Amino acid sequence: MTGWLLPLLRDRAIRLLWLLPLAALGLFTLVSVAPIDPVQAYVGARVALVGPEQREAIAAAWGLDAPAHERFVLWARNVLSGDLGDSITVNAPVAQVIADRFPASLALVGSAFVLSFILGAALGVIAAATRGRWPDRIIRAVAVVLAASPGFWIGLLLIAVFAVGLGWLPPCCAAPPGMTASEAGPAARLPHLVLPVIAVSVVGISPLILHTRQRLAAFLESPAATHLASHGARPLWLAFGPGLRHAMGPAITVHLAGAGELFGGSVLAEAVFAWPGLGQATVRAAVGADAPLLMGIALATLLFVFAGNLLADIAARWLDPRLRTEARQ
Amino acid sequence: MTEAAFDATEIPVAERLPRRAVRRQLVRRGSVAVGLLAAVLAVPHLPLDPLSVDPFARGLPPTLAAPFGTDLLGRDVLARTFAALAISAQVGLVAASISTAIALAFAVAATFSRTADRIVGVLTELALGLPHFVLVLMVAYAAGGGMTGVILGVALTHWPRLSRVLRHEAQTVAAADYVRISRALGRSRVWIARHHMAPHLLPQLVAGFVLIFPHAILHEAGLSFIGLGIEPHLPSIGVMLADSLRGLMAGHWWVALFPGLGLVLLALAFEVFGEALRRAADPREGVA
Repeated sequence: MTGWLLPLLRDRAIRLLWLLPLAALGLFTLVSVAPIDPVQAYVGARVALVGPEQREAIAAAWGLDAPAHERFVLWARNVLSGDLGDSITVNAPVAQVIADRFPASLALVGSAFVLSFILGAALGVIAAATRGRWPDRIIRAVAVVLAASPGFWIGLLLIAVFAVGLGWLPPCCAAPPGMTASEAGPAARLPHLVLPVIAVSVVGISPLILHTRQRLAAFLESPAATHLASHGARPLWLAFGPGLRHAMGPAITVHLAGAGELFGGSVLAEAVFAWPGLGQATVRAAVGADAPLLMGIALATLLFVFAGNLLADIAARWLDPRLRTEARQ
Repeated sequence: MTEAAFDATEIPVAERLPRRAVRRQLVRRGSVAVGLLAAVLAVPHLPLDPLSVDPFARGLPPTLAAPFGTDLLGRDVLARTFAALAISAQVGLVAASISTAIALAFAVAATFSRTADRIVGVLTELALGLPHFVLVLMVAYAAGGGMTGVILGVALTHWPRLSRVLRHEAQTVAAADYVRISRALGRSRVWIARHHMAPHLLPQLVAGFVLIFPHAILHEAGLSFIGLGIEPHLPSIGVMLADSLRGLMAGHWWVALFPGLGLVLLALAFEVFGEALRRAADPREGVA
């Protein structure tokens, strides 16, 4: 196993070593050129109470009077020593904000990851087994429609139907009103998770259906599958039996590589459902000109995407030994 | 990498349509998409007023007079949806054009110079290193939000996929025997680009543009939804959906349903049209 794993890890470690500083530089440039004045965003409605001297004092306290390249060097040095800076909107260290909000995001994105995998893979397998006939047509149509639907809009419709119309599930937040998430037990929090998870899952289902279907269809048309079929194997049995091995490897790989997109979808879904995770913090940071928090979250999501891609590469080689030799070259 | 898995898979034999069917499907889907786009762009010239406020018609459900209902300020949701779609379509067209141009420029640069190829490779890795929407949001933030922010945010982030496809196509053609023969015969670079490259790249370019458009309008709606996109005084799908959150608790489902539905239909038409274009451009697809 180590024969292919170690070179892969070494290769990805080298990539991370150049990717991370370059991304940090790029993101810092983006945040620095923004014309939004952080002092103005911080002062906001209290504009009459804050004079020009106080504005200068705030700018000096945040180090905004130094030129951009000096600020970058200072920021990078602090990050290397583990200090991501202080968030302006939340008034707490960025690392603290991310650590506080990560569990809620992980619960949301993790559940959506599992749900969209089960739904996407199952529908993809059924579509491949019945390809050309009506279940396949319906599933493919669903996949295309989902690909063209914004997840946050689906979230709004879910609220309208299941929270307002039927009253089955709560429309927002991570806990019942009047309680913080830590006070409410898991049983009280679970219903709050259902609608956001469905809304985030929408992002991941469609590519998974199409990819699983295509890979499995290729197997079902191979000589091996034709041979089994000539012995009387039914299409559905073929798909869920011997075909499943052929479909699951690519499905897991594609889904892991797309895990970052689920996080992207959670930014909007958290805004719809007032879910107290990293996505909500991203929106607040962007609207409130909170550059340190925005940088911190962007770098965290970069690592998240990187980890997803790395796991996808490992899973692909682990499940399909043919890919291992290719990795060694 | 993992992304390549999408492009490398063979199309199953049973899926391949005869060339004529591919072309018929292309024409059908193309006319639907282009017709829809033309209709949406023509709407601002209709006598509909998306801004007029009627205090006696606030939060009304769909009726014959206002088929999509009215919002909490008494504005007609139908008029606002169409006006918003027109803006969405304009933003989407501009952003998708810029993105396609970037993709083409990068692919051509990468084909002619080793150094450029490396730089484009690094930029692609960087652009794909963040979740798509997070990157869109960062660029829109850097541009200060608003209409310019949306256009830049969408335009500067949608090129990597198309750029990869074009680069691969261009490098394959550049290494082909007939191009080497052309070069040996003394044909100029421009002649080769015109007679050998363009016929291969143009279909991919058009398909890429059409496939970027739906992503562009969906991301525009997302940005406007969180308040970092189109200015709130203009009608836009994202802003309408954000406003709908307030009425939703009171059962005003129509303020959320119809604008989103319009957006999905427009995106869907282009998604399937783009898919048909890609099939038609794919030489592995179909025989005679």
